[in-house]
Amino acid sequence: MAIAKVNGVEVEFEPGMTVLQVAELAGEEIPRFCYHERLSIAGNCRMCLVEVKPGPPKPQASCALPAAEGQEIFTKTPMVKKAREGVMEFLLINHPLDCPICDQGGECDLQDQAVGYGRDDSRYEENKRAVEEKSMGPLIKTVMTRCIQCTRCVRFITEVAGSPEIGLISRGEDVEITTYLGAAVTSELSANVIDLCPVGALTSKPYAFEARPWELKKTESVDVMDALGSSIRVDARSAAVLRVLPRINDEVNEEWISDKTRYAVDGLGRQRLDRPYVRVGGKLKPATWAEAFAAIAAKVKSTAPERVGVIAGDLQDAESLKATKDLFTALGVKNLDSRQDGSALGAGPREGWLFNSTIAGVENADVVLFVGANPRLEAPVLNARFRKQWIAGKTRFGVIGEQADLTFDYDYLGAGAKTLSGLAKSKNDFVAALKAAERPAIIIGQGALARADGAAILKAAAGLAKSMKVVREGWNGWNVLHTAAARVAGLDMGFVPAEGGLSTADMLKPGALDVLFLLGADECETAASDAFKIYLGTHGDNGAHKADVILPGAAYTEKNGLYVNMEGRVQMGRRAVFPKGEAKEDWSILRALSEVLGHKLPYDSLDQLRAKLFADHPTFGQIDYAPGSVATVFDVGALGVDGEVSDAPFESPVKAFHLTNPIARASVTMAECAAVASGAAKIAAE
Amino acid sequence: MSVRRLAKEQPASFAFSKDSQAKADWWKAKYPAERKQSAVIPMLWLAQKQEGWISEPAIQEIAKQLEMPVIRVLEVATFYVMFQLQPVGKVAFVQLCGTTPCQLRGALDLRKVLEDKIGPAHHVSADGKFSWEEVECLGACCNAPMAAINDYYYEDLTPESLAKILDDFAAGKAPKPGSYEGRGASEPKGAIHTLTDPKLYDGSYAKKIKIPNLPEKPKKAPKSEPAA
Repeated sequence: MAIAKVNGVEVEFEPGMTVLQVAELAGEEIPRFCYHERLSIAGNCRMCLVEVKPGPPKPQASCALPAAEGQEIFTKTPMVKKAREGVMEFLLINHPLDCPICDQGGECDLQDQAVGYGRDDSRYEENKRAVEEKSMGPLIKTVMTRCIQCTRCVRFITEVAGSPEIGLISRGEDVEITTYLGAAVTSELSANVIDLCPVGALTSKPYAFEARPWELKKTESVDVMDALGSSIRVDARSAAVLRVLPRINDEVNEEWISDKTRYAVDGLGRQRLDRPYVRVGGKLKPATWAEAFAAIAAKVKSTAPERVGVIAGDLQDAESLKATKDLFTALGVKNLDSRQDGSALGAGPREGWLFNSTIAGVENADVVLFVGANPRLEAPVLNARFRKQWIAGKTRFGVIGEQADLTFDYDYLGAGAKTLSGLAKSKNDFVAALKAAERPAIIIGQGALARADGAAILKAAAGLAKSMKVVREGWNGWNVLHTAAARVAGLDMGFVPAEGGLSTADMLKPGALDVLFLLGADECETAASDAFKIYLGTHGDNGAHKADVILPGAAYTEKNGLYVNMEGRVQMGRRAVFPKGEAKEDWSILRALSEVLGHKLPYDSLDQLRAKLFADHPTFGQIDYAPGSVATVFDVGALGVDGEVSDAPFESPVKAFHLTNPIARASVTMAECAAVASGAAKIAAE
Repeated sequence: MSVRRLAKEQPASFAFSKDSQAKADWWKAKYPAERKQSAVIPMLWLAQKQEGWISEPAIQEIAKQLEMPVIRVLEVATFYVMFQLQPVGKVAFVQLCGTTPCQLRGALDLRKVLEDKIGPAHHVSADGKFSWEEVECLGACCNAPMAAINDYYYEDLTPESLAKILDDFAAGKAPKPGSYEGRGASEPKGAIHTLTDPKLYDGSYAKKIKIPNLPEKPKKAPKSEPAA
């Protein structure tokens, strides 16, 4: 540890830190625009000027200056004050005075820092320059006259998102940030540039002129659009969720979120089920809660438990899963499944279906093999971590499955199960690297597991993991990449068919069941089943269209709930707004229904339900904890079942990134993004 | 310096000629395979040599050959002012120096000649043969005023000599580059008035001097190793 002085106070710092970082260690605020912790250093805004001794007798850009032993840093001298005022004045020469009509107003770095570090009067007499508007797709609104050329967006898109599509063209006074000829940005992480933009040049297009930041009620919650469980902040005004922003969580999403997480929320106001419905004479008719419950009770009571099935959806909180499981288990039902896609996971120890390296820990892997996973589409924020590893040159990647653009280079090994089973014996260069690796990781996706031969593929992958010693002392590289936010919670509480029970695919066969209860299950095709269908959910999507009784539930922003992400981290989602219309929180609907069905659930409040959940399944009690298992008792080779393996190539379950769940499918913004994405695909194919 | 944007009207396609492609391949081979985008400036230069200017399809082609994002090539092409982003005259493209020394020596008069004979700057003449632009200092201030026409400097110009040069180009001739006042290079005009003392050149002024800041000669190494 080296020591430097900041404004006369000694500070210890790690060698390699910059002067700006050392000053922050000492608690000094350094204004900045271009510098960002997670991007490369550009040093072009000059706002972070400080005085440094020993050094030249002029202000230094602290973001790009390495701190040195014995250095004296001054952040409050007259020279620094004057330098900051000067820089701010230059930045404002061409910045329009349109704060009253700018969406960044109130959360604008330039506004704040102009107040904090700028001059108190204006000396501008000349005209300001004007810059043409740019097109950057359906998410990013541009007012490029406001741009101060910090190039954060260029660096983010190039370095983190890995789709270098934004650039700074021309020079001098004419420089402009633009995409190539106004093309839409195609990255799944593109909208993070809106957060990064320190001014109002890049703002949110769907949120344009919707609200001022001080009007919004901010609720810290968890995202359900993928199985990563990104930390988000839900901004709502009265009953409407207006936007979602990322929260910093280095363990999960760093400070990025995917475009779907950010923009699918306009789907929360569309296609909503806001009252119960009962199908009468082939048509869904609005009904009261009592009528809906009566219709269910009449049907369920007259049906044998073997002819009743339950399928849980991908966006459910743990409490509703628990209440559903308790209710139907009490009724004697064995046909329970939380795996709509028919994934082969769910048997054996918990480590078998977790992302055991943990999301932050996977950065330590030195060789990574993807099996039937496309992380770019299935968990874009996680993919940014892989790209970060790749840029650092620490990690080698291999892929069995789709040969997609993952934003990093990899060894393509093959398309399907045949490659997987033959891999251990192959003389491939990558296999040699995997064998020799200190911390090898296998990341298996639902593209490999959610098929008829999933259990056999799981067996093959587990066998490979065992032979490559992917699980070893101090390291567990067995990682399952999930796509559903509710999946790990469902598996953790054993929301799978009991002994002799039917799985999703069997339940949906014609004539298999008489009553089918769908808990927000919209991703499975229920048309073939001739059962009486009860749908509890939020949107008029696949599940509701074919339902005989619809019970309106609460979306993830409308209820307090626990979610378990793919690494087994239990996170708490919080209510930002109330459920729509007559809709209720899911667990309370189930509690009320249980009384009608004559098997009253033993809890009257969410707290009691959680207490029962924690008692039955202790892992749920460890909030914000990811086990990151290095369990020595976990035998990875025991996973899966021997069986016939088909040679069909692995296909990612995420075909259209923007349309993977009912909320996203109801979203106008996501529909636009999907249209742009498929259009881009068409042009590329030509 | 003009606003640097791609021209509105673009050709449908671009391909390197066999000759330029060979040169481009030479440039690409010069850099390690994973750094071949270092050849972007030479490749843009080759494209400009071939077509006279850099078109959008040329940018696409270079990005494709160098396997780099097309926006990066656009950034480079729009940054450097020597890359022409709109068509230039087929016969003569005049770059008139307008910086202070040339301006004091009459560049403004030359500009009038160009405006009269060719038209406004950055516009190709009706016959497609000529275009001109004003550039910053080309480093030939001793021979001001001057202009670079195609690849050569034409120096010590007067409105008359510039008009004559343009007429020669129009007539299909190749006017001789260099000074149009009879100077060989940038030597003084007329007789030499300074540095005429012959003693300057016979070595008698030469003295042995000590050059400051030379590294000191290494002293003899200590016999025993210093204690760590």
